Amino acid sequence: MDRFVDLTLNGAANGAVYAALALSLVIIYQATRVVNFAQPALALIAVYIAYSVSGLTGRYWLGFAAALLAGLLMGALTERLLIRSVHDRSPLSAVIVTLGLLLVLQGAAGMIWTNEPHSFPYPMDFRGRFSASDAFALVSVGTAAALVFALYRFTPLGLRMRAAAHRPEAARVAGVRVGLMLTTGWALASAIGALAAMLAVPPFVSPNVLDAVFVYGITAAVVGGLDNPFGALAGGVLVGLGLSYVSGYAGPELAPLACLAILVAVLSARPAGLFAAPSARKV
Amino acid sequence: MPEPALLRIEGLTADYGAVRALSGVSMAFEKGRVHAVLGANGAGKTTLLRAIGGLHPVAAGRVLLRGDDVTRMPVEQRVRHGIAHVPEGGGIIVELTVAENIRLGALWRRRSERPAALAAAFDLFPPLAERRARPAATLSGGERQMLAIGRALAARPEVLLLDEPSLGLAPRVTRQIMLLLRRLCDSADMAVVLVEQNARGALAVSDRGSVLAQGEVVAAAAPGELLADDRMRHAYLGF
Amino acid sequence: MASPAPRPAADEVRPPAGPPAPVGTRARWSTVPLVVRHLVLAAGALAAVLLLIAATDTVNTMRIAAVGYSVLAIAGLQVLIGASGQVSLGHGAFMFIGAYTVALLVIRLPMLPLWVNLLITVAVSAAAGVVVGGATARLHGPYLAGATLALAVGLPSLAVRFPELLGGGNGLAFTTRGAPPALAATVSTAQWQAAAVWFTVLLALTVLATVSRGRLGRRMRAVRDDPLAAAAAGIPVGRTKVAAFVLSACCGGLAGACQGYLLGTATPSSFTLALSLSLLAALVFGGMGSLWGALWGGAALVYLEVWAEDAAHALSLGTSVTNNLPIVLFGLILIVVVLLRPDGVHGAVRDAAGAVRRAR
Repeated sequence: MDRFVDLTLNGAANGAVYAALALSLVIIYQATRVVNFAQPALALIAVYIAYSVSGLTGRYWLGFAAALLAGLLMGALTERLLIRSVHDRSPLSAVIVTLGLLLVLQGAAGMIWTNEPHSFPYPMDFRGRFSASDAFALVSVGTAAALVFALYRFTPLGLRMRAAAHRPEAARVAGVRVGLMLTTGWALASAIGALAAMLAVPPFVSPNVLDAVFVYGITAAVVGGLDNPFGALAGGVLVGLGLSYVSGYAGPELAPLACLAILVAVLSARPAGLFAAPSARKV
Repeated sequence: MPEPALLRIEGLTADYGAVRALSGVSMAFEKGRVHAVLGANGAGKTTLLRAIGGLHPVAAGRVLLRGDDVTRMPVEQRVRHGIAHVPEGGGIIVELTVAENIRLGALWRRRSERPAALAAAFDLFPPLAERRARPAATLSGGERQMLAIGRALAARPEVLLLDEPSLGLAPRVTRQIMLLLRRLCDSADMAVVLVEQNARGALAVSDRGSVLAQGEVVAAAAPGELLADDRMRHAYLGF
Repeated sequence: MASPAPRPAADEVRPPAGPPAPVGTRARWSTVPLVVRHLVLAAGALAAVLLLIAATDTVNTMRIAAVGYSVLAIAGLQVLIGASGQVSLGHGAFMFIGAYTVALLVIRLPMLPLWVNLLITVAVSAAAGVVVGGATARLHGPYLAGATLALAVGLPSLAVRFPELLGGGNGLAFTTRGAPPALAATVSTAQWQAAAVWFTVLLALTVLATVSRGRLGRRMRAVRDDPLAAAAAGIPVGRTKVAAFVLSACCGGLAGACQGYLLGTATPSSFTLALSLSLLAALVFGGMGSLWGALWGGAALVYLEVWAEDAAHALSLGTSVTNNLPIVLFGLILIVVVLLRPDGVHGAVRDAAGAVRRAR
């Protein structure tokens, strides 16, 4: 029973990370109908920037802030420089551009910071069955999600962003600068991705450190339904708990397979995810 | 010297794919006037409206608002300069609630003016007030048209462009909407550009009518004259 | 993601083989049955490859063989993504299946000849294709991409889970036979293996090209362009999608088998997510609309890495730059191709050939 509690707490903390990554994917998918496969690479660069900033200043939280800021900036740049130019092409074009960016950024990270792992600190004490770091993961992701929700639901900016995402032309007719809203969405999403990476990376950072986390994150997004931010959060917790139990009771090497199994099981029953809006479902 | 027209288009030419949709169309729209633009399907009416609103690229010619050239101005900026566009089907955002749609229209106005704009829209269309928190997708066709007009008015425009507001509506609702437009035009001192397939209904509330055929203006006159010209009615207006 | 942009139907699928037929005999050539035409082209291509192998050293022979199985894997992906419009990010999983099938067969049943092993691999891959294709036939766009991504990452972990059977993280090592004794004096092991790989690859491509030009190919393109219209026209959409998956899985499996046969190993670390993404990148680079694109993609996949390393050494760049140069180059090429030349190298070559023909 004790073990079950441990695995549950651990799974919830990991699930928060997957949920944050899934949320970042869903925000972008809702805005531009693109799954941003470059998300882990953008987050990776943000983490390396945090590594360098913390190393230079000796302050962890300065690095943390730098990572979020870098995420914000890189997301905006990606949308402006790359995604916008393939916006009117087939959806596959955008996917391939993000995959290309993934390769470039991962390689660039290896070039600048080498392929060797560097030790990377936890935000807080990480010892114990439910550590301060675990709590921080849950609280920070919860806060970020609540802020995103409030932004979308209650502010004029959020209203503009939702309008631009749902009906770009109608939004323009209503006076919304749609391009700016899409850029804002990408920036916001990438900052959340950077937050997820800051929580997921410790104890070591290396160019491929986020690959598995990203697969779990995209699984969470797909399981929850790419159209639904709440689905992303629920999917993240579901995947986090599921993988934690499988790792704990059956062996950690089975986690990727368990992830596949969750995906297949959920999508066989609901091809557009657990929380898909009825209109988004394809008959 | 007469006051220059609020909105003037000069030699407006636009293509739709490989087809010339408008060639050298010139018109002037004045404050307090409802101007009906009529013609058969594919005559270029919608393209004309979209070109004025900034949704359709212009190949040649100019759009002048209060004498300023706005031909190359992006859509969202034209909205801020007082041109409101209700595209075909309303262009409302069905995923948002009724109130959010109206708030969207009022967003670029000063923060202190926004609640008043919302209240004004609900005063004008009581059925919308009852459904303010519902998604716009749940509205009927007539209510959607009301919402679209309410959203456009929330921006307090000087020029209101309407594309087929009667499309798919029952005759009774159409009549109500037409009369409302007349009233709005008189009270809010706007120029209304009304593109309609339903020529009789539109002319009944208009001060002036232009008839388009194959992208060119074939007639521009007072409603009475257009209605009196049998040849014109049969050839272009369909009644 | 469900349907890539429509592309010209002409020139859609031809085997990447042989010299083009002379113009004068073109009319008579087109009356020959499709299979025969493809076989003749494949035979011509095999002759060309054999000449190339005979003329070059062992290192390049191995590279040429690697181009062979890469072409096959990419061609399989072309059928899935280019022709049927299903975006898979997990093609490496089928190569994993192929490589491990051959490894297990060689180790457990050493008496079987290579061609039997390859046939069994095709059957196993086809079965895997039915399972995966059946499970994902209802998924569209990003959901399919997500599921196949999880497949690419999840499947290799099987090897780690069952170390007694699949050798754990170190994988399986085995020895493969070279040329028969009668030829051993004149033909090196590498040459024999490269020839065997290319023979297999060209045979598979012939089948692929013929099928793609036939009824199944037409159905796949109809489903890709408009699933609803295809269904209305009486095409079984689900079955067509699964068939495309099976065809693609067979190519992937066979390519993995060829890789295992050449290297004599099957390790989980060869079948990373990066491999699956590289295959997709190579497909886009070569040109998605045509099997010819697979040829360019396969060559790029192998030689880009070689050139990048050579260049890094020549410029005496540091190891961390050298190690990461190929992946950065590949990513850059991917972005540039999509932005400037969405039909890839094949499109550029076709345009150039057209220009030359007009200039004459």
